[in-house]
Amino acid sequence: MKFAVIVFPGSNCDIDMYHAIKDELGEEVEYVWHTAESLDEYDGILLPGGFSYGDYLRTGAIARFSNVMKEVRKAAEAGKPILGVCNGFQILLEAGLLPGAMKRNESLKFICRPVKLKVENNTTMFSNVYEKDEVIMIPIAHGEGNYYCDEETLAKLKENNQIVFTYESNPNGSLVDIAGIINEKGNVLGMMPHPERAVDELLGGADGLKLFQSIVKQWRESHVVNA
Amino acid sequence: MSLMLEPSPQQIKEEEIYKTMGLTSEEFEMAEKILGRTPNYTETGLFAVMWSEHCSYKNSKPVLKKFPVTGPQVLQGPGEGAGIVDIGDEQAVVFKIESHNHPSAIEPYQGAATGVGGIIRDVFSMGARPIAMLNSLRFGELDSSARVRYLFKEVVAGIAGYGNCIGIPTVGGEIQFEASYEGNPLVNAMCVGLIDHKDIQKGQAKGIGNTVMYVGAKTGRDGIHGATFASEELTDESEKDRPAVQVGDPFMEKLLLEACLEVVKSDALVGIQDMGAAGLASSSSEMASKAGTGIEMNLDLVPQRETGMTAYEMMLSESQERMLLVVKAGREGEIQEIFKKYDLDCVAIGKVTDDKMLRLLHKGEVVAEIAADALAEDAPVYHKPSSEPAYYREFQAMNMEVPQVENLEETLIQLLKQPTIASKEWVYDQYDYMVRTNTVVSPGSDAAVVRVRGTRKALAMTTDCNSRYIYLDPETGGKIAVAEAARNIVCSGAEPLAITDNLNFGNPEKPEIFWQIEKSTDGMSEACTVLNTPVIGGNVSLYNETSGEAIYPTPVVGMVGLVKDVDHITTQSFKEAGDLIYLLGETKDEFGGSELQKLLNGKIFGQSPSIDLEVEKKYQKAVLEAIQAGLVASAHDLAEGGLSVAVAESVIGSNGLGAKINTEGNIVTALFSESQSRFLLTVKKENQAEFEKITGAVLIGEVTEEPTLQIVHNGEIVINTPVETLESAWRGAIPCLLS
Repeated sequence: MKFAVIVFPGSNCDIDMYHAIKDELGEEVEYVWHTAESLDEYDGILLPGGFSYGDYLRTGAIARFSNVMKEVRKAAEAGKPILGVCNGFQILLEAGLLPGAMKRNESLKFICRPVKLKVENNTTMFSNVYEKDEVIMIPIAHGEGNYYCDEETLAKLKENNQIVFTYESNPNGSLVDIAGIINEKGNVLGMMPHPERAVDELLGGADGLKLFQSIVKQWRESHVVNA
Repeated sequence: MSLMLEPSPQQIKEEEIYKTMGLTSEEFEMAEKILGRTPNYTETGLFAVMWSEHCSYKNSKPVLKKFPVTGPQVLQGPGEGAGIVDIGDEQAVVFKIESHNHPSAIEPYQGAATGVGGIIRDVFSMGARPIAMLNSLRFGELDSSARVRYLFKEVVAGIAGYGNCIGIPTVGGEIQFEASYEGNPLVNAMCVGLIDHKDIQKGQAKGIGNTVMYVGAKTGRDGIHGATFASEELTDESEKDRPAVQVGDPFMEKLLLEACLEVVKSDALVGIQDMGAAGLASSSSEMASKAGTGIEMNLDLVPQRETGMTAYEMMLSESQERMLLVVKAGREGEIQEIFKKYDLDCVAIGKVTDDKMLRLLHKGEVVAEIAADALAEDAPVYHKPSSEPAYYREFQAMNMEVPQVENLEETLIQLLKQPTIASKEWVYDQYDYMVRTNTVVSPGSDAAVVRVRGTRKALAMTTDCNSRYIYLDPETGGKIAVAEAARNIVCSGAEPLAITDNLNFGNPEKPEIFWQIEKSTDGMSEACTVLNTPVIGGNVSLYNETSGEAIYPTPVVGMVGLVKDVDHITTQSFKEAGDLIYLLGETKDEFGGSELQKLLNGKIFGQSPSIDLEVEKKYQKAVLEAIQAGLVASAHDLAEGGLSVAVAESVIGSNGLGAKINTEGNIVTALFSESQSRFLLTVKKENQAEFEKITGAVLIGEVTEEPTLQIVHNGEIVINTPVETLESAWRGAIPCLLS
């Protein structure tokens, strides 16, 4: 399976994502600059965390206009797995590929620490290796991770089982403890915690690795069926 | 137009306008002699800023010369953007610390943020990828005023804002709170980078005819005379200097960083230097001076953010996120291509000449023409008078007694609540300390540890300086600062490599202050020599005074060590019930400058703890040997608050364990003395014999299942406290003081 890590000007978790895929997951991965004209050769698209364009306006608000986002949209329509982590999640929200918006953390401060998440839905292509209700430890590092949406959207998210991860102890004020959501179609996941930071026991834990393994598992299965 | 408004050379001389720029009459005369004429406005500005303490080290050079700066591990000593130390496998570590004290006192968020930005540029200008940040901060007492709390919160926010956005983890540091820093906080930022030997760059303008290129952000009128402002005392008037504080743009710097790291791979690049303090003036004159060449620049070509800028303004602007490059003639296009990818300006603005002059053209006229050496290498040097202060003689003559403590448990809890000891989680929670996914040991341990990806190696790093000891006894305190840093590095499982220092002092023109500078650097030099940690670079920040009152002498030590194998990485928290607890090092009745003395008396006095560097070295060697042999479960340096605080910190971090300790002798000394060269170590029972043979440490207790800290003195239980109680005191103190 071949992954693309999209690099926007100012992206800074691109290297972490790259190494998580290459060194720990053991799959093929390439950096793709924001001016890229095509993502056809990639099986999975990763929008890394950190910052993009400095995020002086609103997180992700500029990045969504990048050239490559047209291609990301195309890949989403084609059903390819698309994962947005932290800033990547914010960009997916700004681009309308996922519903809702981000507010500043309730504390109004940037927060960096490992947090406990609960796997609410283990039937997605991003969570199928986890147990349902499994509690995993994944770090967060953000200033704007306070997820918000209107009641109607929330009702839909619940009804369609689109809430994939929730916080055990809400760090940022996020609506109903939401840490990660998926689109209706089930191939675009956005999450504030950083699974790519939790892939190596030396750094304190590897609970994030199963997320990437889930993507590969699903991809392999669907490609065996197709073949 | 505005050029016409500038005073003429005659006016500058007669009206002594040079004084407002920071030059003395003698220095102005020197400048006249060098030029053979009276300098014009732009030239006067160049002399003033280049001869400021901040750029020239004119008052500190004589003491800096004493530092040991060489060693087989040193690839680059002081004099470049940052020092470089070999770590094997054709790799090296690059690091430096720098202060941004004065800007942070006036505009704390931007002052701290641009301090971070500046030191990062120093590291990547060497060709290295920055991999970690640390910082050493000093503020007034948190409960003293809303202004202090504001400075503290905004400085932390500024460091977080810049570091998080550019994506370099802030992995460690230290913070102390003392009344002497109330009006003059200290913000020292350290950056550590990693480089392959083949990529090492120099800030030199070599090769006559080569092209001088300007890259990065455009030049504005911000930060003009920042270096001069940093070389004066703070007064009530300093608020008016707010425009001398620059504004940081971490996104711009991220682009500049990535572009520069691509450029250093090109053999078209000859030299590269950060436009830091004194901006274009210092980078151009220093690059020429170091290479023995000259530089001619046409200022019309400088990318400008504002209209109508004068030569004076362009040369002295400290706009951030800019670099000066020297590129092989004819290959400018290759360099421009790289910067174009990042939408950054990259403009040829001049050339390297053979006449050793810095020559500036603006609107068709030569507006400045000064020998580059005169601005850089040949700046004046002063040997300031020094005299032993009365307070020191008084303290040395004092007869010290062991303090009386009524309630030991309550005292321990109070010590854990002291902001200098209490958990700094409120601070480092705001720093992204994990980005780049190499941080093995996060903030809160003795030293932070960052792995070197793709190898078994890791780097340990710390900043240390107990300024109370240095105030009481600068020479001994200077030794302790280096020794403590090394102790922290060793406790993490690394061998100390070298240091960078940030000398923060008051006004050097006062003989008592200069004495503090002399003595503390004497102590540091001796410790660096004994512990084999040469000084590879640093920064000097003088005139840290508010309305005539100096800060405690604060020569901060930033140290980096090499972990040879990630298996050696050790932390301070207790690991498992049943592990044996050892104390290594002698405990004496030493309370001068201690946390206990301050708690009981509200002030410090007497003699600082003593230190024997040979003993220190011996113990460090033994501890490292035991760690590398796999015999040590946890290691912690004994520092502020003594043994009781060290044990408390180790149980708090242990995730639900407790400890039982036996002590002897005077109980107050046993629990709270701050004697140096001591280590708290835990060991698995099966390793007991081998560990004791290597270290000679004394068995004092055991890690327990029950989460209680129990201290038994001469067979009697003197402290028996749930760890939860200790933890909530320690963890809650700073948030409580801020709310």
